[in-house]
Amino acid sequence: MAVTSSPRAVRVRPEADRQAVGGTRRRRVATGRIAVNASLLVFSALYLVPLLWMLLASVNAHGSFKLTVPSPTGDNFRQILNTDTTYRPMLNGLLMCGGGTLLCVVCSVLAAYPLSRFRSRLRRPFLYTILFSTGLPITAVMIPVYSMFVQVNLIDSMPGTTLFLAAAALPFGIWLMKNFMDGVPLVLEEAARIDGANAMQVLWRIVLPLMWPGVIVVTIFTFIGMWGNFFVPFILLLSPEKLPASVSVFTFLSAHDQTQYGQLSAFSIIYSIPVVMLYLVLARRLGGGFALGGALKG
Amino acid sequence: MTSSAATATAGPRRGRAVGGLLRGMPLLPAVVLLAVFLAGPIAYCVYYAFTDMQLTGASGTHFVGFDNFTRAFGDSDFVNAVVLTLVFVVGSAVVGQNTLGLALAVLMEKATRPVRAVTSTVVIAAWVLPEVVAGYLMYAFFFQQGSLNAILRGLHLPQQNWLYTLPILAVCLANVWRGTAFSMLVYSAALNDVPQELVEAAEVDGAGPWQRLWRVTLPVIRRSVMTNLMLITLQTLSVFGLIYTMTRGGPGNKTETLPVFMYQQAFTSSLIGYGTAVALVLLVVGALFSVVYIRMLKMEED
Repeated sequence: MAVTSSPRAVRVRPEADRQAVGGTRRRRVATGRIAVNASLLVFSALYLVPLLWMLLASVNAHGSFKLTVPSPTGDNFRQILNTDTTYRPMLNGLLMCGGGTLLCVVCSVLAAYPLSRFRSRLRRPFLYTILFSTGLPITAVMIPVYSMFVQVNLIDSMPGTTLFLAAAALPFGIWLMKNFMDGVPLVLEEAARIDGANAMQVLWRIVLPLMWPGVIVVTIFTFIGMWGNFFVPFILLLSPEKLPASVSVFTFLSAHDQTQYGQLSAFSIIYSIPVVMLYLVLARRLGGGFALGGALKG
Repeated sequence: MTSSAATATAGPRRGRAVGGLLRGMPLLPAVVLLAVFLAGPIAYCVYYAFTDMQLTGASGTHFVGFDNFTRAFGDSDFVNAVVLTLVFVVGSAVVGQNTLGLALAVLMEKATRPVRAVTSTVVIAAWVLPEVVAGYLMYAFFFQQGSLNAILRGLHLPQQNWLYTLPILAVCLANVWRGTAFSMLVYSAALNDVPQELVEAAEVDGAGPWQRLWRVTLPVIRRSVMTNLMLITLQTLSVFGLIYTMTRGGPGNKTETLPVFMYQQAFTSSLIGYGTAVALVLLVVGALFSVVYIRMLKMEED
């Protein structure tokens, strides 16, 4: 009530205040900014500790849980860079994740086209089913998948694991791909249609070239997800020589009682490099559009 | 367009049905993969959950009705797993990642560019690392001779063997460390869309920073908040690798959340049927969250 009775007085007061205390206010904003910067930097330093530890431990000959390295050494890397420890698990991972990603991306491009272009009564229910399955915890279906794979003799088979990885990544892949495809204008397509091109030709010659960035995003996203996936190969593969890096890290940790933390760190770094590189590519490609903004561009 | 048209439409209609099928053909590979490897196992999951199947094979499997479920709810280990899962999801996702992500996004908006770049790079780096590596790093961080105790010693604060005294806290913090980047990205994007005039108007009216956040910013981005909460809850519900690498559910069963409990029952105790019943519980909870999430997106669309 008091406010409505004298609106002008109320509005003028802060105006005058601001002019009078303009200097202190600016100073307060500046100190606020310094406080914000300082607290973010302290926080980042804390956040960085585990990562830093990994880098330090990988060049530490004694492999202890300490944040110091008296004399850096490349021994840990030299010890693990052999077929059994590093090359084969990395290759297995590359085969399974690469194959799974390829399959997933091809299937989702194909599936996204009708979902994006044609109207049908089944379209909405199908899309909702896809969206629903992106939320399902894959962890929970692994036991029935295991039993199923035992029955059809797909257990401990790399192709079987690849297929399952592809299927598990498919809902999210289709959803993303469909959204990217929605962004490609219909006009060009219609012209090609009039010239007699069929759906597959249109998809291959016109739609795909216009949505390469989207396809790359889905590809990288899918691959990163599979590369880090531990539970699926952990359950579906048994033979040590078939395990990808995500599981062999783990056997590393449990196999020896005296775990070589230095070697484990070195292996973790090598195992992580591909996804970190891919993420950098992704972030750069998506630029400002991915809310990362200037983060990685500096 | 009368009698002759009525007979003529039969042809085009059949043609349209065939055309519709043809147009839907590209969906086939995806549908087959999803049906065989996702819908199939889910159906199996429902079936197995009502049997007494063991790891040794399907030969001695009998239908046991709700036995697995009644057994689960009378099993103190199962109840323990449910409670721990709740603590884990609420503690690390709803409270931890969500709040920290929002705080980071808000602070980063006010920080200078290099600081913003450093913070987001570090937080995202923890997120991009594979789950098992993150678990191992967090193990090294909370281990008795680990970095956390070294830091505490340096600050002359009391130390303890985190993985034994407070394992669930260690696991929660590990998940916060690993997962906060997602919330941070979601909230950074959402804050970008908050109209600047609105915040400035509130400032002119004398609202403090907390009031502006609580009364202006949060109501504007409430949809992002809900979406984020849903997604991180779903992600956290199925976390397995992180916990398994750090503690394997131990010591005892102090960090045995539902996914770990499920795995132990099915593969360590060889009780596939019982493990699947637990999995079904997890699946149903996940499905409920998923449905709520879809409904929210639907509302957003309308």
